[in-house]
Amino acid sequence: MTRTLTVVATGPLALIEDLGRPGNAHLGVPPSGALDRPSLRLANRLVGNPEDAAGIECVLGGLAVRASASCTIAVTGPSVPVEVADRVVDSHAPIHVRADEVVRLGSPHAGVRNYLAVSGGIVAAPQLGSRSTDVLSGIGPAPLAVGNVLPIGDPVGLPTGEDAVPPPSPRDYLTIPVILGPRDEWFANAGSQLAAAVWSVSPESNRVGLRLLGDPLRRAPEFEGQELTSEGVLTGAVQVPANGRPVIFLADHPTTGGYPVIGVVPAAHLAELAQARPGTRVRLRG
Amino acid sequence: MRLRRCGVDAVLVEVESLGEVAAARAALAGLPGLIELVPAARTVLASFEPGSAGLRQVQEVLDRADLSSPPAAGSAEVVLPVVYEGLDIELVAETAGLSVEEAVALHSGAVYTVAFCGFAPGFAYLTGLPEPLCQPRLETPRTRVPAGSVGVAGEFTGIYPRASPGGWRLVARLADDAAALFDATREPAALLSPGDRVRFEVAS
Repeated sequence: MTRTLTVVATGPLALIEDLGRPGNAHLGVPPSGALDRPSLRLANRLVGNPEDAAGIECVLGGLAVRASASCTIAVTGPSVPVEVADRVVDSHAPIHVRADEVVRLGSPHAGVRNYLAVSGGIVAAPQLGSRSTDVLSGIGPAPLAVGNVLPIGDPVGLPTGEDAVPPPSPRDYLTIPVILGPRDEWFANAGSQLAAAVWSVSPESNRVGLRLLGDPLRRAPEFEGQELTSEGVLTGAVQVPANGRPVIFLADHPTTGGYPVIGVVPAAHLAELAQARPGTRVRLRG
Repeated sequence: MRLRRCGVDAVLVEVESLGEVAAARAALAGLPGLIELVPAARTVLASFEPGSAGLRQVQEVLDRADLSSPPAAGSAEVVLPVVYEGLDIELVAETAGLSVEEAVALHSGAVYTVAFCGFAPGFAYLTGLPEPLCQPRLETPRTRVPAGSVGVAGEFTGIYPRASPGGWRLVARLADDAAALFDATREPAALLSPGDRVRFEVAS
């Protein structure tokens, strides 16, 4: 009999994600995949999966799933209460779940996204080599809904429990490095303008991009009113629309953009941005 | 040509024309560690696996390439059956100073090349549009353009893979038996890829 997880509750948004489908941008397809990649990789390692197995990315808690058979699960991301059949258990550790038990996530104490991995991984039909949900272009499985029955694969490895894995602690004030370019010359003293600005994360942020609120960045006089021909953009690109308020592109970003990119956030800092709640203050250090 | 810094593991190559974009894209394809190679109107973005040698070879490869001679078009030619009943076909003909029949003959008689993709999965910007059909976008974009609509805008023609807002002047739609431009469950998912040649054929 196929082992499954049945979705009992989804919280605000729960998606199937793996490490995405990079390499398709020339076809107009975003890379997609887990926004906090280290957390998905850790969850998979904890349950004995390859790091690229598909798990559940859960926004602001509230996820509950019932296992049809015994399995091992792990929940990672920011610190979050986890219960199995009403027993309080640890996040960031392998948890044994028996048949018919329900795993329930509370609300993360800080941060946004938790990851649930299950031994064997979630089975979904790959599209362009990935099972990730891409909210921009609608590729991949639909967002989870109550009653969904998710098949899970056969376990392939042993859970690699560690004595203690501390959860990341999302802060309410981030300083994020940015490598200036490719279009920093469109802005007057790009480096010092960035250094002087403190932004806050807009509630309109999503998997496409982290939108920032605050004082607009000023264009250099010779670029005021200019238009840029669309060009390829990277995950982590800080694009500045005409209103001067930056958008940092996350995994479901479009493949080309028509506004200048002042700088690019190195990949190692994208997970921190993925966990930034609305209102989090952000400095960009050029 | 100018190389622009784009994060740690990528570079944006800026050139002068669509022809140079095609030449630069062909020159960079196959570099070690290449993850994404994204041609656009005047640029090619090349991103690499962290620490791969490919990024360091970009300048040398481009210095050796002759950007003034784009690569010969591939042998692959995609023929798209279409019905020339676009909402703006009369506007397009009038702007071109042609009858509708002449505008249709001009659009369906040309051979196009996929310059780049973007906007939505499977949306290809096709070059080779005859000059009289190179026309501005609509003054007010439509909030919903049906999937399969064929439009013109500036120097490009293109087909909307799925319903979306859009401001291109619509000349035709894909015939009912035309293959989907994008189907994530199909291999390959996208019907059109940069470098492909495309012709429109009046569906009977």
